[in-house]
Amino acid sequence: MEFISQFINGLNVGSIYALIALGYTMVYGIAKMLNFAHGDIIMVGAYTVYVCLSSANMPAFAAVLIGIVVCSLLGMVIEKIAYKPLRKASPLAVLITAIGVSYFLQSVAQLIFGSREVSFQSIIPLGAVSIGELKISGEAVVTMAVTILIMILLTLFINKTKAGSAMLAVSEDKAAAELMGINVNRTISLTFAIGSGLAAIAGVLYACSYGFIGPYMGSMTGIKAFVAAVLGGIGSIPGAMIGGILLGIIESLSKAYISTRLSDAIVFGVLILVLVLRPSGILGKSRTEKV
Amino acid sequence: MKKAEQSKVMWNKYKPFIWAAAAVVIYIVIMLLDGFDMLSRHQKSLLIPILVNVILAVSLNLTTGFLGELTLGHAGFMSVGAYAGCLLSLSLDIPEPFRIIICLVFGGLVAAVFGLIIGVPVLRLKGDYLAIVTLAFGEIIRSVIVNLEFTGGAAGLKGIPRSTTFTIAFLCAAITIVVIRNLVYSRQGLAIRSIRDNRIAAESIGMPVSKYKVLAFVIAAFFAGVAGVLYGQNLGHLSPSDFDYNKSIEILVIVVLGGMGSLTGSVISAIVITVLPEVLRGADDYRMLLYAVVLIVMMILNASPKAQEMKANLAARFRRRKPDGVPGGKEE
Repeated sequence: MEFISQFINGLNVGSIYALIALGYTMVYGIAKMLNFAHGDIIMVGAYTVYVCLSSANMPAFAAVLIGIVVCSLLGMVIEKIAYKPLRKASPLAVLITAIGVSYFLQSVAQLIFGSREVSFQSIIPLGAVSIGELKISGEAVVTMAVTILIMILLTLFINKTKAGSAMLAVSEDKAAAELMGINVNRTISLTFAIGSGLAAIAGVLYACSYGFIGPYMGSMTGIKAFVAAVLGGIGSIPGAMIGGILLGIIESLSKAYISTRLSDAIVFGVLILVLVLRPSGILGKSRTEKV
Repeated sequence: MKKAEQSKVMWNKYKPFIWAAAAVVIYIVIMLLDGFDMLSRHQKSLLIPILVNVILAVSLNLTTGFLGELTLGHAGFMSVGAYAGCLLSLSLDIPEPFRIIICLVFGGLVAAVFGLIIGVPVLRLKGDYLAIVTLAFGEIIRSVIVNLEFTGGAAGLKGIPRSTTFTIAFLCAAITIVVIRNLVYSRQGLAIRSIRDNRIAAESIGMPVSKYKVLAFVIAAFFAGVAGVLYGQNLGHLSPSDFDYNKSIEILVIVVLGGMGSLTGSVISAIVITVLPEVLRGADDYRMLLYAVVLIVMMILNASPKAQEMKANLAARFRRRKPDGVPGGKEE
């Protein structure tokens, strides 16, 4: 029974990782860059919702909606200001800029809200569900349901709509997509907006599950979600889902049965193993380098 | 030969001697100031941290500036060296200048061995993956140190002999700069820089890319370890949280501000970044913000094609205004 409840705990955390990993994977697929600041957008989303709830007394639904909009806009602005001028620069320069943006968001949040973590009242009205002896928290149920729903919607969006096909085309070959009349800039903006919006949802779910928010909540979570994206195969949307959930289960089982303090080391050990043994991940395709 | 070219040749010929003389002068000036009690305690306490940061920045510059691979685990190597050297110093009972020298070499070697163990499998990766894996290794090292008994766990290691002196730190920094400078301008260094500029071309003419990557990585790890020992034996205690991700970023900020691929820049910016928060009291809250702005602005100014074009235009305009300059800014 202990094992099953730990397993469900892992599914819960894994769903959050999966949502964040989606943002990494989409941006990596299209802009070919590791958006280091993506993890910190979770934090911005969580704080936005927190402010809306605590000082404006808004209903939860409206607060989450505002959080999503704010994060989407933030994602687009970051792309325009920090990443777009460097589109033709070396990957090293882009990566360092992304680290700078991540640091920027953290320090601004720290200046506004202080570096202490504040408690976050869960906005999910659902009580715990019990099946026999097993008790599943309402947060876990909602998190998993939301993640599955988003995954389905996103897959439909990418495969059935014009904008989705444009994204696929840009990720395949930017120059050719441009020649076919696709507005590359707008497609990249849209990708950042969707990824950041998903990060806002992940931020709220994270805050509800763990019960606190803080300026640094996004940095480690974000890096772990990137591990999940790599594990599933970067650039692949179902891969992000599988990687996220797998990573969540590994983390929660190693916390329960090996050591709480070593669980981060185990998660990163998984990353290194994957990269050394199968760098393209579980569902990723390996690409040959063209000269 | 034109006069300007002639003086350039002369400058290149005597450059090493001028630098060496400058280093000796700086050393003597600081020793004199100290001898006449003209430095406050606070100023004195900054000298060794500056030198430690110089060593860290110069060694990170080897991998990030000259090899062109971003590593985010430099603080991890520093911590391995620090713990190895400081643990050795606790059990070694020999007179002082010899003990710290042995500890420095030992700390550096242990860090280098870790660099080799980590570098061989990982350096097949590149770019973003390499960055994230080195970050992961830094975190793994840190959580292992927290969990081990003999490292003092999360509370840290206490009672380390405080035997880092200004002279020893200065010598270490000088050796680091000389070794890395000579490496970068040697045949091996040419290979390392060619990997940065075009890896595929380097590979296609038969360059053993992985070998040179590991070489640069191991040397950088060695000096990071040395810096760690200096750091630990200066403070007298070590705690795992001193060597987290933020420390790695701080070193990266120093390298980026000084200019990737410029050793002089690394030295100057190590001084600036170490002294600045101490001079601007109360600015400590804004330190992270400052780091973030440095990273973003420096990268956009240095790497974006548009900013480079603007810089070139500006430079051309200034050159035209010079009274004896050739119109158009181009000579010959």
